[in-house]
Amino acid sequence: MDSAVSGSRIGYLPDRDQVLMKMLVAGPFGVGKTTLIRTLSEIPTLHTEEVMTETGAPVDDVAGLPDKTTTTVAVDFGRLTLPGEVVLYLFGTPGQRRFFPLWQDIARGALGALVLADTRRLAESFEIMDMVEEQGLPYAVAVNCFPDAPAHSAEVLRGHLDLHPDTPLVLCDARDRATSVEALIALAEHVLHSLPSLPQEQR
Amino acid sequence: MTAVPPRRRMVPAYLATGGRSRPSRTAFDRLTLLHSASPDPPQGLEAEHRRLWELLRPGALTLVEAAAHLRLPVSATNFLAADLVDAGGLQARSPIPRAQQIDRTLVERLLDGLRSLR
Repeated sequence: MDSAVSGSRIGYLPDRDQVLMKMLVAGPFGVGKTTLIRTLSEIPTLHTEEVMTETGAPVDDVAGLPDKTTTTVAVDFGRLTLPGEVVLYLFGTPGQRRFFPLWQDIARGALGALVLADTRRLAESFEIMDMVEEQGLPYAVAVNCFPDAPAHSAEVLRGHLDLHPDTPLVLCDARDRATSVEALIALAEHVLHSLPSLPQEQR
Repeated sequence: MTAVPPRRRMVPAYLATGGRSRPSRTAFDRLTLLHSASPDPPQGLEAEHRRLWELLRPGALTLVEAAAHLRLPVSATNFLAADLVDAGGLQARSPIPRAQQIDRTLVERLLDGLRSLR
């Protein structure tokens, strides 16, 4: 996208009383977060560049520099307008622990997280599942079925991922709209079940 | 999530915010909905404020979308938006109107909407 702000390419929102909601799409690098967001988004995916200060990150050891580095990371997001005046924003969020402060910032107010996993490297999703749990967000795991990845049954995958029995596990293809929608539905159902069953007390 | 190589901005973020490190007033949510509130740009504001005001003249966007289109960090865009709201050039609305909470009713609305895509 070029730097000029051109009106014709900007997806303005109708000025109504929509409810704007947010879900996270989390997972290790290259697992298909941006692909899934692109598959579902009604606008071309956008990104913000977030400046992160990392303290004590065991990445670089540069003599003579303070142990503080700033990194710029791009956070991709997309938007999906649904019937019923609901607009759902999907934010692709960093998988690494060192980005936890940024992660917390983006997660504030989110309904839940869809954690993407790849059967060839399931363990890389563990850290993300830990971070989501620490944040207290309900989550579902979506295994992105890459064509060349070994296929496993859902039961085997649940075992490998050590999932809580209530945590939904779905198989999806991040390039495919129908299975990606099913993954969001599984997450939304789980969010609903994790809310208190009685209506909130009226103030 | 990908690492982005450093890129020079036309105006550095710390200048775009007038050198401030925190908003004058309001910390908006990423999904705070911003829209124009005046037919003309408020007087006496800087170029970056004007860019945000111009962006929002044709319609409403969330803070995070405005930041992405302006290629500014969300925090810097927040400062600009807060100034413009103070100056009467923009209106800001919370992501969930009328101070509702995320409750079962809203999540059910979301679910119904998602199921309609099947």
